[in-house]
Amino acid sequence: MSTQTTGSASYPRAEVSPPSGQLFPHKHLLGIWALDPTAIKFLLDTADGYAEQNRQAKKSTSQCEGLTQINLFFENSTRTLMSFEIAGKRLGMDVTSMSTGSSSIKKGETLLDTAATLNAMHPDVLVMRHADSGAVKLLSEKMDCAVINAGDGRSEHPTQALLDALTIRRRKGKIHGQTIVISGDVAHSRVARSNIYLLNAMGARVRLVAPPTLLPKDVDRLGVEVCHRMDEGLDGADVVMMLRLQQERMQGAFLPSLREYYQFWGLTHEKLKYAKDDVLVMHPGPMNRGVEIASDVADDLDRSAIEEQVEMGVAVRMACLDILTRNLRDDTSSGESKA
Amino acid sequence: MTTAYINARLIDPKTGYDGKGILVTDGENIAAFGPDAVAPANATVVDCGGRILCPGFIDMRAHRVDAESALKGGITTVILQPDQTTVIDTDAVVERIRRRSEDSETVNVFPMGTATRGMQGSQIAEIGQMQQSGAVGFTDCRTPVSDSQVMRRLLEYSGYFGALIVQFAEDKSLANGAVAHEGEIATRLGLTGVPAAAEVIQIERDARLAELTGARIHFALISSRDGVEAIKLAKKRGIKVTCSTAPHYLHLNDNALEGYRTFAKVRPPLRSEQDRLALIAGMADGTIDTLVSDHDPKSADVKRLPFGQAAEGLVGFETMLPLALAHVHAGKVELMTLLRSLTSKPADLLGLPSGSLEVGAPADLVIFDPDKPWRIVQDDLLSSAKNMPFDTLPVQGQVWQTVVAGKSLYSAA
Repeated sequence: MSTQTTGSASYPRAEVSPPSGQLFPHKHLLGIWALDPTAIKFLLDTADGYAEQNRQAKKSTSQCEGLTQINLFFENSTRTLMSFEIAGKRLGMDVTSMSTGSSSIKKGETLLDTAATLNAMHPDVLVMRHADSGAVKLLSEKMDCAVINAGDGRSEHPTQALLDALTIRRRKGKIHGQTIVISGDVAHSRVARSNIYLLNAMGARVRLVAPPTLLPKDVDRLGVEVCHRMDEGLDGADVVMMLRLQQERMQGAFLPSLREYYQFWGLTHEKLKYAKDDVLVMHPGPMNRGVEIASDVADDLDRSAIEEQVEMGVAVRMACLDILTRNLRDDTSSGESKA
Repeated sequence: MTTAYINARLIDPKTGYDGKGILVTDGENIAAFGPDAVAPANATVVDCGGRILCPGFIDMRAHRVDAESALKGGITTVILQPDQTTVIDTDAVVERIRRRSEDSETVNVFPMGTATRGMQGSQIAEIGQMQQSGAVGFTDCRTPVSDSQVMRRLLEYSGYFGALIVQFAEDKSLANGAVAHEGEIATRLGLTGVPAAAEVIQIERDARLAELTGARIHFALISSRDGVEAIKLAKKRGIKVTCSTAPHYLHLNDNALEGYRTFAKVRPPLRSEQDRLALIAGMADGTIDTLVSDHDPKSADVKRLPFGQAAEGLVGFETMLPLALAHVHAGKVELMTLLRSLTSKPADLLGLPSGSLEVGAPADLVIFDPDKPWRIVQDDLLSSAKNMPFDTLPVQGQVWQTVVAGKSLYSAA
């Protein structure tokens, strides 16, 4: 019932130039947790440039020509996979995708064997999604190339958090000081975790609104406010991020029914009245209309940023691919990146 | 063969004796011990150099025999858990293990049988026959006996034989799918957690059933503060409950999971810092009766997997003494209390003749230097697999010699 405040979520972390002079001193992008605000800002600034480029008639460049990108998806995905494919192709990379059905994981090969096999093919970037938390990190330990986490279990989904942040920054002008509500199945969501870390790092005020069964234990210690009622939770919100509710969690184990969930936690125009007038509504997709979000809210052109999120997804992934392969390219200033 | 161990600090946890002296073994048994004992003229003399000589350790919970590793850890009796390739649930299997142990000059092995057939939790196993063949306890290992009626009958029935039932303290449905302690770390890492309440619920139910039936029950691997509290309360009520924990629960908390380190994946899971401290206190005040290794070698094939899929368990024989001694050195646990939990207490619970320095008792002994500093090195382990989270950890206290049935079977270089 009560709104708890913990941590110093509303203060930005100090922005200092890293001593190495490198704005993104990481080999892989495994999660937001390990990133400092400087690195996040660098990624967002770079992505901003690509967002503009993607609106031009000529969207593709050849700056990453000759580099190989492998997308390895052990979990079904259409949006994220396609987004990474388009991002790689727009940078001129050779992109290959493999998803569970066509891989030998089903034949009993271990993840590390798969890693060794892929490594022998000398890719330059590996994009990976896996159903187990920590699986991408485990694989990255055996790869020579850069690894991008496209979602691992309930752990992290860093590019989703980055595209959400970019969307907020472009629509609201800044992230710092915004009150951002994340609502839905936080317990099973990697999107929620990555967003919490990123928004906290950038100085936003993060509030989780969900029924108790969908909140993980001690989540308040991650520096967020925790709330169960939508009217309290949405109070004064600048941004509302809805999370997708997995249908299989709805069969009485975590919640009694979809109907009941929609009544109490579904995002409707009526509930949105508690938020600020210019509230931004976001959803990582795919949406369950009439479950976590009402159709008319999702389609509200003034408030909904759901399509823009998808657009920013390509830009953010281009930025990640660009930055992680810069050490492989002779001329780091090549291409149309405005970073 | 007569051997005289001279210049030793003799500690007999059973009687509380702690003093300088000589211990003489004759054949397989202890012939004399104490400050006034005299080394017979024909005896082989072993100068202990002031090191501690005490009864060899009895490890009440091991999943593999791994004899070399056990002896290096000062363990002279290994209680083998029934979760073997051939599950120990008939007298024939028990007998085979006992005979192999008796026929070979190595660490003593006593098996525990299953509590229910095939560890299925529905039918009582042949406890009487297995006991006759040499099984010293009955447990379904990492599967708790969930059905209250089955557990009640199990306790009633085993009570008649005076057999010890060992229960894994974990509520099955609360622990379903869990791989970590439910808390901040599990939440951040995105792992499914099990709350400490799962342990307490099982302890409290079974303590009631033990009270109802008058039988005794032992809880394997207590991991939480509330678990220790529940045991303490049950003991206060006069219920015949005992419990054990393992050194890793006294040494690590769930921070060890950081970076998805599967070598720290154990069951029950490593819990919070408060839990760890409460377990040390429970060791110190005797609420926790015995210390076990839960030795469980697992190959890299099943450990180098994503955390959720990786196997549970670690190897613990060789690190048990130094890890436990850390709490003695820190002034938290009395040396006598610690040694009791490794010798006379498990011997009493299991009805074994060893575990003391009495004249006539089996000459199963360990001689160790309690202060010697060294570093745990994964590759130096003698165990059949090297899965453990303590690589490079500096520790104090090392085994110098391990004697089984009067013969020195391990000697530090």
